Amino acid sequence: MKELVIISGKGGTGKTSLTACFAFLAKDKVLADCDVDAADLHILVHPRTIHEEDFRGGVKARIDAEKCSGCGTCRESCRFGAITAELVVNPLSCEGCGVCFHVCPEQAISLEEGLNGHWFISETRFGSMVHAALLPGQENSGKLVALVRNQAKVLARKQDIPLILVDGAPGLGCPVISSITGAGRVLIVTEPSLSGLHDMERAMQLVGGFRIPVSVAINKYDVNPEVAEQIEQVSARAHATVLGRIPYDPQVIRSMVHRRCVVEDGDSPANQAIRVIWERLEPDLLS
Amino acid sequence: MIISVASGKGGTGKTTIATSLATVLGSSAQLLDCDVEEPNCHILMKPVLQTCESITVPVPIVEMDKCTLCGKCGEVCRFSSIVVIGNQVLTFPEMCHGCGGCSLLCPEKAITEGCRELGVIETGLAGPVEFVHGRLRIGEAMSPPLIRAVKAKINPHKLAILDAPPGASCPVIHTVMGSDFIILVTEPTPFGLHDLKIAVEAISHLAIPLGVILNRSDVGDREVNKFCVQKGIPLLAEIPHDRQIAEGYARGNLLVVSAPQYIREFLEIYKKITELINGSKSNLKEALS
Amino acid sequence: MGKEIDSQVDPRFGRAQYIVILDQSGTVLEAVDNSQNLNAMRGAGIQAAKFLADRKVDVLMTGHCGPNAFTTLKAAGIKVVIEQSGTVEEAFDHLNRNEVAFTDKPNAEGHW
Repeated sequence: MKELVIISGKGGTGKTSLTACFAFLAKDKVLADCDVDAADLHILVHPRTIHEEDFRGGVKARIDAEKCSGCGTCRESCRFGAITAELVVNPLSCEGCGVCFHVCPEQAISLEEGLNGHWFISETRFGSMVHAALLPGQENSGKLVALVRNQAKVLARKQDIPLILVDGAPGLGCPVISSITGAGRVLIVTEPSLSGLHDMERAMQLVGGFRIPVSVAINKYDVNPEVAEQIEQVSARAHATVLGRIPYDPQVIRSMVHRRCVVEDGDSPANQAIRVIWERLEPDLLS
Repeated sequence: MIISVASGKGGTGKTTIATSLATVLGSSAQLLDCDVEEPNCHILMKPVLQTCESITVPVPIVEMDKCTLCGKCGEVCRFSSIVVIGNQVLTFPEMCHGCGGCSLLCPEKAITEGCRELGVIETGLAGPVEFVHGRLRIGEAMSPPLIRAVKAKINPHKLAILDAPPGASCPVIHTVMGSDFIILVTEPTPFGLHDLKIAVEAISHLAIPLGVILNRSDVGDREVNKFCVQKGIPLLAEIPHDRQIAEGYARGNLLVVSAPQYIREFLEIYKKITELINGSKSNLKEALS
Repeated sequence: MGKEIDSQVDPRFGRAQYIVILDQSGTVLEAVDNSQNLNAMRGAGIQAAKFLADRKVDVLMTGHCGPNAFTTLKAAGIKVVIEQSGTVEEAFDHLNRNEVAFTDKPNAEGHW
């Protein structure tokens, strides 16, 4: 069983749209949407939820006002500025470290597990999908991402499916790290802007540290062929194969507005380029 | 005044908007790039950097001659960053949140604090605009402490413009907390609308006035417009897709340089924002009186 | 993945559902529910390793072991055998017949 994880470093390069296209083109696969903060894959694959669970992660401190003597030891000891002058815990800043719980002389503080989000197993028009939604403003520690990936693996094993397509999160922090650890291959989707190049280099450094084979796809490459060329050079130096270049194509958005992927509609330039990329990816993934 | 520029979805034009706004405001502005995982403002602003500071988080160092192996540190630590095994105390500094619990609560006072680098903060000038950004060390998992350190550089005598990371989870909240106004940038597509809704919900309980800027406004549908009307969220501007702007951006040029006709538009956006801030302040006064 | 001698070995150590402890004759001494670690935010491997150290376990047999768990196990003097599949009983037989090698490094990335 192999996992292909699609990340971008920089947001908005077309990671999710491309994942959906691969989901259409791949024969047997399980989908995992690991962008648990702002998941979008479902918009194109039309899931029907068959299983839903609460996700609880981490604790927050809560001060019982009745037991509180107002000494303020908690506030002095909190390194995260999470306790207000009125001695109330701000859950957005609370890291759940428990120091206040330990230092309170009145034992007025409790640590409570809260509801962080939900995760789902769904049937989609392209196969089974595991996805999740963090409640807004929650900490995205990567734990929910790890859970989504693990559940996808369990599902793939159960259904005897050899491939998991993972839509990764943007950025380079915990959620992305959680998306790529142990993956069979990472595909970095980038765009030919200086920002895209800069972010791709950082993403490559991150993946390189994990010693996972990397490939690159350059989206909207014709917006700046010179930077596209630079991306190819950087990729070559990092021993990452550039699998293809996709031209800017207004059909992508036209299809998206109709909740479809561009490879389903007609025969546009992006459609063709994406199919070529998939043809190059598939043999390695199924070996 | 502090204005944050955020969006649910990545790649909608946050950095484009933040940098253009700071540029047209010139010497009265300070731009702080809080997208510490993938900072991009410097590519467009091209600042002359003057300072570079390493930002660290304290991690435990155990003095074994004082340690009695009581295991209290491991009991207290909620992040598995320190654990007593046999006659050793193992520390895992990359797991440490820097809460100070172990050193505070060690009965033998055997724990002091070293540090782990989170990343760096660089400051400088981009023409007349003050510039600050943070860059997270690759492989570092936690961005909020670095974001807090960037925000600590906010100059209260300037108009601070904060470029937030994409999404709606805690790094974004840490960035926009305490702002006077939040601009949400999106695109007129189903992804753009969906993520905008998530972002609005995430920041709504911060009770900070919001406005939306619709970028590449002519490429998709009108659902974002309908949503803004429905929710009473002011639409500050619509910027149509422009190949020249896109190509300029790809080359590292500011929008207001590729398309100077937009300078006036950005000044208008700023004016609308100040009106909305004042409007909401007087609403608040009325409500309280 | 279960708590019996004929249960499948879990490919993950830190987030394995159960930890089964056997004595030298292969009798199950203890079968512990590890789901607290399954659900831990981070540090599951470290906690599971500490659990084994507290029980004075000598050898761990598992599928994959991450770097932090491995460091902890090594500090506790616990020998680690990786890439085990099949049942608990089969793994134990391999150990008894000296068909295994003790690893000197982790074989999984840290799972956050």
